[in-house]
Amino acid sequence: MFVRNLESLGRKVLQSVENSGRITMLTLQVLYNLRGRLKARHVLQQMLHLGVDSLPIVLLTILFTGMVITLQTAHGFIKYGAQSRVGGAVAVSMLRELAPVLTGVVVAGRVGAAIAAEICSMKVTEQLDALRVMAVNPIQYLVVPRFLACSIMLPVLVIFADVIGTLGGYLVATLYAGISSFTYFNSIKLFADAYDVTGGLIKAVFFGGVIAIIGCYKGMTAEAGAEGVGRATTASVVSSIIIIFISNYFLSMLLYR
Amino acid sequence: MINLININMDFRGKQILYDINLKVEQGETMVIIGPSGSGKSTLLRLIIGLLKPTDGEIWVKGQEITGLSEDHLNKIRLNMGMVFQYSALFDSMTVGENVGFGLREHTDLSETEINKIVSRNLRMVGLSGRENVMPNELSGGMKKRVSLARAIAMKPQVMLYDEPTAGLDPIMSGAIDRLTNSTKRILGVTSVVVTHQMSSAFAIADRIAMIHGGRIIEVGTVAEIKQSENPLVQQFIHGLKSPNVSAKKRREVL
Repeated sequence: MFVRNLESLGRKVLQSVENSGRITMLTLQVLYNLRGRLKARHVLQQMLHLGVDSLPIVLLTILFTGMVITLQTAHGFIKYGAQSRVGGAVAVSMLRELAPVLTGVVVAGRVGAAIAAEICSMKVTEQLDALRVMAVNPIQYLVVPRFLACSIMLPVLVIFADVIGTLGGYLVATLYAGISSFTYFNSIKLFADAYDVTGGLIKAVFFGGVIAIIGCYKGMTAEAGAEGVGRATTASVVSSIIIIFISNYFLSMLLYR
Repeated sequence: MINLININMDFRGKQILYDINLKVEQGETMVIIGPSGSGKSTLLRLIIGLLKPTDGEIWVKGQEITGLSEDHLNKIRLNMGMVFQYSALFDSMTVGENVGFGLREHTDLSETEINKIVSRNLRMVGLSGRENVMPNELSGGMKKRVSLARAIAMKPQVMLYDEPTAGLDPIMSGAIDRLTNSTKRILGVTSVVVTHQMSSAFAIADRIAMIHGGRIIEVGTVAEIKQSENPLVQQFIHGLKSPNVSAKKRREVL
């Protein structure tokens, strides 16, 4: 029984290591194919589908996140007479962590699943084979445009998230916590700087790339059948979210030492 | 044109092809028949380089392809076309975009010239005016014909067909067989067709190779295959219950 469990654990570890290796190889192939012939039309189509169409849900999520963070922050800060720091605290949290990470998570759920499902269904209907037979590299044709689209659009979404999150905080701070507009925005000016924004955008570029690569990988390696498609989409979302959270810690360490 | 030499193929730890030797001459139509799971589609995928054999050599147009990189294989694939069993049309594109796909990716032709070729190819397969239709609006037979129109758009020298008449009614199967023959007549292609429909095989083949249990057990012209003394061949082409049926019983079945 113990040996069986150990074998099962060993198999899972080996599988994880193999998957990590294959994902790394796919990433290197994508980066290699960036220098090849790129179709701007394909990239723009993906930017529209993956980026622009994700804006409503990102705005909604981050608006309410900004509002609730301010609610909780204001409660504590007002108790200790630190209401003049509420704006700054909310802005720094939003710019450095909440906007890039939560935007990444929302987009991973929406876009990561969509990419995996699309590529998986292309695989099971032999469309990937058809591309190869027609002398088209599936990585250059399918993966690279999605990688570029996600890496470009996620920072754009994060910019919108930064604005809407801060505005959401402003609404709660002024209408509910009784903090003046001047105090709120002055606090942001004092505590937040441009590097907080750029650090968040650098994270967003990385997260966008992760979502695209993981989605394409899970789609290309999915098993046949409806169950295979389901597993691929779930695995794409879960893996992307885990990598976003883990890498966020290390990126924060690197960027905000 | 195509030469398979001592091909052995393993898949997920199980050997599925044993010492396959097969030569397809330029301009001929070689039909590969055999029971389901005998390795027919695997052979097609080996010829076009979608799979690599465990052992052996594959020569296509004088070039050995098993050791080639994907980039070099792509250069050879520009002269090849394939019709997939379930058509494999790109479902995010219209019929016209599917047929013109190869031309847009690999040539510098203008949109007008590409549209002309697309119209001509669709006319050839009896689907004039369907350029703006989406694949999910087509029947199985129509999808197959679009797939053929797409495969011949780059004027290939080698055509591969994976069960081109599978799932089609007899009338549509006959139409696909006639298209296969006219493609050969007009373009002079070398064709390899995988099928287990004997009516199709006899209608289009110059030679037939039967594969059974991963081995080629017989190669010959249509007449030679019909007269074959191999009981497995006779069982397959007549759809008999067992290979041990006597010649008298076989005549009764016909």
